[in-house]
Amino acid sequence: MKLTLFRGGVHPPGFKEQSASQGIENAPLPARLYVPLQQHLGAPAQAIVRRGQQVLKGELIGRASGPISAAVHAPTSGTVVAIGKHTAPHPSGLPIETVVIEADGNDTWCELHPCDTPFDLDPDAIAAKVGEAGIVGLGGATFPSAVKLKLKNRNPIHTLIINGGECEPYLTCDDRLMREESVAIVEGVRLMLRALEAQRALVVIEDNKPEAFAAMHAAAEAVSEVEVVQVPSLYPMGSEKQMIETVLGQEVPAGGMSSDLGVVVHNVGTAFAVHRAVRFGEPLIERITTVAGSAIVKPRNLRVRLGTPVEALFAYCGGIKGEPARLLMGGPMMGQVLPNMQVPVVKGSSGILALTAQEVNEQSTANCIRCSRCVRACPVGLVPLEMAGRIRVGDFKGAEAWGLRDCLSCASCSYVCPAHIPLVQFFNHAKGELTARAQADHKAKETRRLAEARSERMERIKAEKAAAAAARKAARAKKAAEEESAAPAGDSETSTEQKETSA
Amino acid sequence: MKSPAAPAPVTAPHAHAPGGVGEIMWTVILALVPALLFGIYMFGWPTLWLVLITLAATLVGEAFALRLVGRPVGPTLGDGSALLTGILLAMTLPPWAPWWVGVVGGLFAILVGKHIFGGLGNNLFNPAMLGRVMLLIAFPLQLTTWPDIAPLHSAAAPSLAESLAITFGGAAIDGVTGASPLGHIKTALTQGIGVSSSAPEVYSFIDGLFGSLRGSLGETSALLVLLGGLWLLYKKVITWEIPVSMLLAVALPATLLHLVDAERYAGPLFHLTTGALMLGAFFIATDMVTSPSSRLGQIVFGAGCGLLVFIIRTWGGFPEGVAFAVLLMNAATPVIDHYTRPRIYGRDRQGKPLNYDSEKEGRS
Amino acid sequence: MYAAIVSLTLMGLILGYGLAQAARWFKVEGNPLVEEIDAMLPGSQCGQCGFPGCSPAAEAIASGAAPVTLCPPGGKALAEALAAKLGVTADLGDMEDAGPKLAVVLPELCTGCTRCFKVCPTDAIIGAPKQLHLVIKDACTGCGKCVESCPSESVVLRPIEATLKSWYWPKPQMNLVEVV
Ligand code: SF4
Ligand code: SF4
Repeated sequence: MKLTLFRGGVHPPGFKEQSASQGIENAPLPARLYVPLQQHLGAPAQAIVRRGQQVLKGELIGRASGPISAAVHAPTSGTVVAIGKHTAPHPSGLPIETVVIEADGNDTWCELHPCDTPFDLDPDAIAAKVGEAGIVGLGGATFPSAVKLKLKNRNPIHTLIINGGECEPYLTCDDRLMREESVAIVEGVRLMLRALEAQRALVVIEDNKPEAFAAMHAAAEAVSEVEVVQVPSLYPMGSEKQMIETVLGQEVPAGGMSSDLGVVVHNVGTAFAVHRAVRFGEPLIERITTVAGSAIVKPRNLRVRLGTPVEALFAYCGGIKGEPARLLMGGPMMGQVLPNMQVPVVKGSSGILALTAQEVNEQSTANCIRCSRCVRACPVGLVPLEMAGRIRVGDFKGAEAWGLRDCLSCASCSYVCPAHIPLVQFFNHAKGELTARAQADHKAKETRRLAEARSERMERIKAEKAAAAAARKAARAKKAAEEESAAPAGDSETSTEQKETSA
Repeated sequence: MKSPAAPAPVTAPHAHAPGGVGEIMWTVILALVPALLFGIYMFGWPTLWLVLITLAATLVGEAFALRLVGRPVGPTLGDGSALLTGILLAMTLPPWAPWWVGVVGGLFAILVGKHIFGGLGNNLFNPAMLGRVMLLIAFPLQLTTWPDIAPLHSAAAPSLAESLAITFGGAAIDGVTGASPLGHIKTALTQGIGVSSSAPEVYSFIDGLFGSLRGSLGETSALLVLLGGLWLLYKKVITWEIPVSMLLAVALPATLLHLVDAERYAGPLFHLTTGALMLGAFFIATDMVTSPSSRLGQIVFGAGCGLLVFIIRTWGGFPEGVAFAVLLMNAATPVIDHYTRPRIYGRDRQGKPLNYDSEKEGRS
Repeated sequence: MYAAIVSLTLMGLILGYGLAQAARWFKVEGNPLVEEIDAMLPGSQCGQCGFPGCSPAAEAIASGAAPVTLCPPGGKALAEALAAKLGVTADLGDMEDAGPKLAVVLPELCTGCTRCFKVCPTDAIIGAPKQLHLVIKDACTGCGKCVESCPSESVVLRPIEATLKSWYWPKPQMNLVEVV
């Protein structure tokens, strides 16, 4: 297969050897599980359980709300002891709505609906089952998978790309999954192909995972529509747009989606989850997570129930050596700092890392020396130094003109910057600021509209009152004049007093 | 198990490539050291004094400026950027120039060339070149007095005492000076003497390569400068675009015109191995702060520098033009940056989103 | 020498006269800027800026008597737009973020008097006599008129709670002296 590698990119040391040799093990079931109702992009799920309610493993506890949302299920059987705020696994440390389940230890499944002939299901039924199972992009993006499987309704899809790039350092969960569950993954891929009505699937694996490549290759040998492709190891290969560019030689138009090209990208973990959901009827209640970093005594790959506090995983991996400089969820390039050790593992947690100061290599920042390393590293073709320079002085529009909206926040630029300028933070800040301003602007316009509507109505009411008064006066005059009478017309005063509430 | 104290939200990435600004500067300095030492050896003690004085001036200037704006002096001095400016400046001065040339040049380079703009990273012009051009305009005599080669051990070399007199006493050094090769052929041409007869008097390719020609420190050994530059390329401190395009932009027109009229125009090898071209291509034009940031921009910039060097050397009033060429192109850098932005993923060169339909047709 | 003096003087006189004429010819009647600025302001006449309404505020902004950052409901976005319009630089640094507060009716105190409902400039309050009143979050500008009008002190302004959706990265602190 002809590859056209994307420009830029960086080669951070992989550190995959820490955990790549560790087969997937079951993490112990904790006493309490903290299951956030928002573990995906889009609207949070709506809780459908009450405090004190008994739930079974796999039972729906949060219903998807709105077109882009995902269902949430009980990871084990037990009692709902609380529904309330718990710190989110997010750098802000803000609380989010969380269902707390006390495990009863029996781990009893609810009634499942397996399907022995999944390939006889029609495409929409597969997508529906995926949606019911609450499956989201398990590579970390956590976009609801069922929505992506329905993209064929927008535009015909010809190619499904299965992302086995795993370009982030340290993470080996996809690597292990491909080695151990290759057959199941291939079945998941075929189910997704069927759901999308696409012709072929490309399983894309970086060349630093030869065992995974061999396993997937063997499993896909007999399946003509699934091809396994090896690509060079280069960060950010796992980014959807860069992967499409590499294997198909096409670029997703700015502001568009990959489906505009007839391509949809899913992660290998998602393919596996689809297989479990469609064939066995199992909802997404666990995932494979890599626990690694030099501050971890025994790095491992664990099959973790969603909602397990990360603390429990550290304990299972032999604890933490010394003072970790950074606790992360996800990989070191795009992962996020965890506010504390009590936050739960969620659907997007591909890795839980405890890094030492040496690994992080954070240094104090200096002035930009315009060395242009960031320009060469950017896989998008942006000029990070110019954008950051503008954001620094508050010129967000200027940064936008230099392409801020096209930035992936992949952090390649920050990684190489010799002046250690937090370039991505500038970009993330500016993106947030721009969004906030757009919202404020929208609200101001709405306010203006409402205020105008109100003053107009006030005017109208006044005019009506004046008219009514005039009418009465005229009527009275008439009465006085004619000395005898007809009753005045209806009293308009009371009706105009009521306000039409548009809400 | 203890949680680390509630972390202030630090953003990704949580890994950083090794190296920093200081490392880059020191690597460049290291790459210059062989040529510098060789130059000092070839021109003797007065040169050593001049180099030391220039370095001291830049360092003092930097410390003073940092103190003035209230930034920590130690770490910033330690990043080596001021030292590098000093070395580059010293390497483009006549080796026996009097001490005050180094002091004035060094202070001007740092204070006016760098700190007036806001310090490292903000300067529009290459500070060392700004210092040199100021000196050339203010003190043309001192800046065009080129001593003969007098290696330390040779009989012609000034003694320690003589050297102090040359650097600090303003002793006349007329007897042992002459024109640099570039200056020589230029003067000869005005007297109607062709290149083919004037060049051999002062120049041979071997001398140009190994450095036994008159000129400043950085102009003597093209080979050592070239090797230092290649090492920088290998270390990925600089990239190929600027040096290659700059050297080509001198060599190509030189070859062409030399073929047209060998009497009026010197050949490419002469151009490449004389003057400060090598130093300019690998160490001066590649100064990151003052050169464009995109690949295409760097090629344009290097080619512009090279062409200007060639034009000044061939038709201009000065025998050498690296400093002027680089400064002129420095001034053009913001414009080049503006017009040579890389194409953004998913957009065409004008920044419009790629067209789906043509994309779909191309797909088949 | 004399020729130079005379010609320069003449030129000065002619050009000066030309300018004076131009000033008369192109004189602008009224101030369209005020109207333009008035059109940009929210128009809710909430009075938070200290002016009796949006139009007086627009006049003050146009004449430079009031800063472009004066309108709290308009927020940073408005301040920026105004600054761009007037060609001035706005210091958005100390400006509170847009709509920092929202009105909330405390259900246990509300008597259903409908006063707040009547004063709200954006119709953000719904209710009826003797009924519990409610604030529509999306329409409330946090102007506080309802708070003043409530006889039972049951309307309060509360800061908008940060959520994962509204949170975004703060501007990085560079431990450098800012170069201006
Ligand atoms: S990598 Fe850093 S120092 Fe180099 S140009 Fe980019 S922002 Fe500036
Ligand atoms: S974070 Fe943005 S600017 Fe930086 S390398 Fe990635 S895409 Fe380019």
